[in-house]
Amino acid sequence: MADHLLEVCNLSVEFHTAAGTVRAVQNVSWHLDRGETLAILGESGSGKSVSASAVMNLIDMPPGRITGGRILLNGRDMLAMTAEQRRRINGCTIAMIFQDPLAHLNPVYSVGWQIAEMVTTHGGTRDTAQARARDLLARVGIPDPEAAMRKYPHQFSGGQRQRLMIAMALACKPDILIADEPTTALDVTVQAQVLDLLQELQAETGMGLLLITHDLGVVAEIADRVVVMNGGQIVETGDAAEVYRDPKHPYTRKLIDAAPGKGAMPDERDRTGQPLLRAEGLTKTYGAFRALKGVDLTIMPGETVAVVGESGSGKSTLARAILRLDDPDGGRILYRGEDLMAMAPRRLFGLRRDLQMVFQDPTQSLNPRMTVFQLISEAWVIHSDILPRARWRDRVAELLVKVGLSPDMAARYPHQFSGGQRQRIAIARALAMEPKLIVCDEAVSALDVSIQAQVIALLDGLRREFGLSYLFIAHDLPVVRDFADRVIVMKAGEIVEEGPVRRMFESPRHPYTRALLSASLDPDPAVQAARRAARHLETA
Amino acid sequence: MTSFIGKRALASGISLIGLVILVFFLSRLTGDPTNLYLPLDASIEAREQFRDMNGFNDPLIVQFGRYVADLVRGDFGQSLQQARPAMEVVLQAFAWTLWLAVITMTCVTVAAIVIGSLAAFRVGGIFDRLATFFSLVGASAPDFWLAIVAIVIFAVNLQWLPTSGTGTPWHWVLPVAVLFIRPFGLILQVVRGSMISVLSSAYVKTARAKGVRTRPIIFVHGLRNAMLPVITVIGDQAAAILNGAVVIETIFGFPGIGKLMIDSILLRDFSVVLASIMVSALAIFIMNMLIDIAYAMLDPRIRY
Repeated sequence: MADHLLEVCNLSVEFHTAAGTVRAVQNVSWHLDRGETLAILGESGSGKSVSASAVMNLIDMPPGRITGGRILLNGRDMLAMTAEQRRRINGCTIAMIFQDPLAHLNPVYSVGWQIAEMVTTHGGTRDTAQARARDLLARVGIPDPEAAMRKYPHQFSGGQRQRLMIAMALACKPDILIADEPTTALDVTVQAQVLDLLQELQAETGMGLLLITHDLGVVAEIADRVVVMNGGQIVETGDAAEVYRDPKHPYTRKLIDAAPGKGAMPDERDRTGQPLLRAEGLTKTYGAFRALKGVDLTIMPGETVAVVGESGSGKSTLARAILRLDDPDGGRILYRGEDLMAMAPRRLFGLRRDLQMVFQDPTQSLNPRMTVFQLISEAWVIHSDILPRARWRDRVAELLVKVGLSPDMAARYPHQFSGGQRQRIAIARALAMEPKLIVCDEAVSALDVSIQAQVIALLDGLRREFGLSYLFIAHDLPVVRDFADRVIVMKAGEIVEEGPVRRMFESPRHPYTRALLSASLDPDPAVQAARRAARHLETA
Repeated sequence: MTSFIGKRALASGISLIGLVILVFFLSRLTGDPTNLYLPLDASIEAREQFRDMNGFNDPLIVQFGRYVADLVRGDFGQSLQQARPAMEVVLQAFAWTLWLAVITMTCVTVAAIVIGSLAAFRVGGIFDRLATFFSLVGASAPDFWLAIVAIVIFAVNLQWLPTSGTGTPWHWVLPVAVLFIRPFGLILQVVRGSMISVLSSAYVKTARAKGVRTRPIIFVHGLRNAMLPVITVIGDQAAAILNGAVVIETIFGFPGIGKLMIDSILLRDFSVVLASIMVSALAIFIMNMLIDIAYAMLDPRIRY
């Protein structure tokens, strides 16, 4: 049998942690050929990045340990090589790009230097390195490459930074590029551009592309074959389209079913009567940056209004302004007809409990030194009229059950929970106030798809039970499609289009809404292939 | 940058003026220097004449006005004790302290950075443990005690080095060595901690994925990032020595500004006290300015 370009055979890796030995991957085997794209798909903790880290010799040993298996590069076992031999392969034969390019680029060196370093490290001269860096910057679409050479990572946008990472990775013309969640931190339209760039470069160079992702849409867009991982083991592997169409393993099926964007969209609601909340002409300026340029919005009782937009569109500023966490510079916010901006502090304090917020990152929004009981019951310390102290314990237990946790978890601290569980605690904390409106600022963005689906179902159930309203800030359109009654699309501090969810998804009017929808990735490889073909027709 | 320096200079100038006013009046509260300078049996007339000559008979506010008027002309007054311009006395002492600070801090910085970085590279290794142990001992030992022990061992018993004073390079060894220990322990700990977090950062992972060799990973990718918190501490420690390593200078009879300040306070040599305060303040201001500039040079994200 001919050698594969890269082959991982029965690889097992363990990590020694305070909690004991974790078997990160067990008996994992996959292979990658020239010109092919292999995706490793899995949720957090599935071990999807571990084999790639092993290939790059990035596993710290200790605490990590490769307990078995082989990694063959063109038939040669990398695990039998010396550290110096491995070092020479890194960057030269196999290069890697990562999820968060800002953190992965050295902040204190110019990008030109960092790209050139790749060449000089592997034996190139300073002059050839500089020339190569300039060429690459032009190739990946960085405007004014000459000036960009001397700039620093923080002076570029998120999408440009990922292009810089790609330029750096390609500096030595590697045979293999490993991309670990390369577009996860990017806006949808930018994600589409970066994936396009990767595909183009692959076609040009014939390199093998190993893509590590949690996103079925990314797999559908770019992968030839897919390896599905769960709990450190490969559960299924095969042709990407085949696996989507006919998943063999229950876990794969569960993952595909959990992908948002397939549910029935609700009918348009009757919007007469007094709105729960109405904002008129909200403006907010940070220095010279106009984050909000006169935004109007109405939320009816029991309604879910989603605000979508890319980073910098002002959607989070809007959320914070409505709750008066950051006072807007101008405009009115009417809560049941009363102006929150003109309200006496004492009255506003009373109303605060009606308006609650769930933040994106529960790790940061929950005080790590408070138990779950303290976190939830703090609401009643602040608003002492909600509940007498004697009933706190029962009510906390009740709320925990409501959000799908167990009452005996009340004594634990946030770090003892998983990300999804923490977000449930944050929701329970918001519910403790018995609010009328919950503002969710990217509340499910950081969660795995299956957890995401559970949290959305939870929020939906609570809406039915208590008649809650939501202001749902998100960048992920499929989630919005499943959950929202109305959609507001924001761009550069303004609302570009607004309407009932079905109308917005089925017949978007504004070009920007259309661009957002077409950039959003469908989990079905067939759908993505059709869209790709349509795009190519357009450009041709 | 220029406007940043201007603003900082203005703010520092205002605090310096406040400090001079405060010290001028407070030092006068300590009493009349006359009795310290004239012999015990000096006549009342002689005392009166001394006071008259030095202007101590005028109301305080008049004395202050005269002092300010002299300052404006660049005259910092006369040292009562040495009968020459106060500024001359101070600058002479300051030069000694400056050298002491420069030599000590250069040794400290080089040693702490190299040893701290290497310790951070293999956390928990034998080198790391030794470095951590000795730096903690060093950072915790009181310097007056170290100074005395060092004199007993190296000067008195072994007789390798002089006990005190200046004159030969050997006279510098003990003061520099004793002054070295505490900042070294402290800065080594900061370098090590800062380096550990930098070496586990995402961009060091990138460097490893690029195939960069170990030494440039530590000293090129790591060190420049790790230096930011370190510089603050280096500046702090250097400022402490510049301000007068009072204890060390006194024990080793080193004619620096710290010893001068203590002596002139005890002798109520007011002009010298005020001049030393102004010189130290200026030195600290320049020191802080240098730190800010170093920050901006190391980290392109920092712009003033």
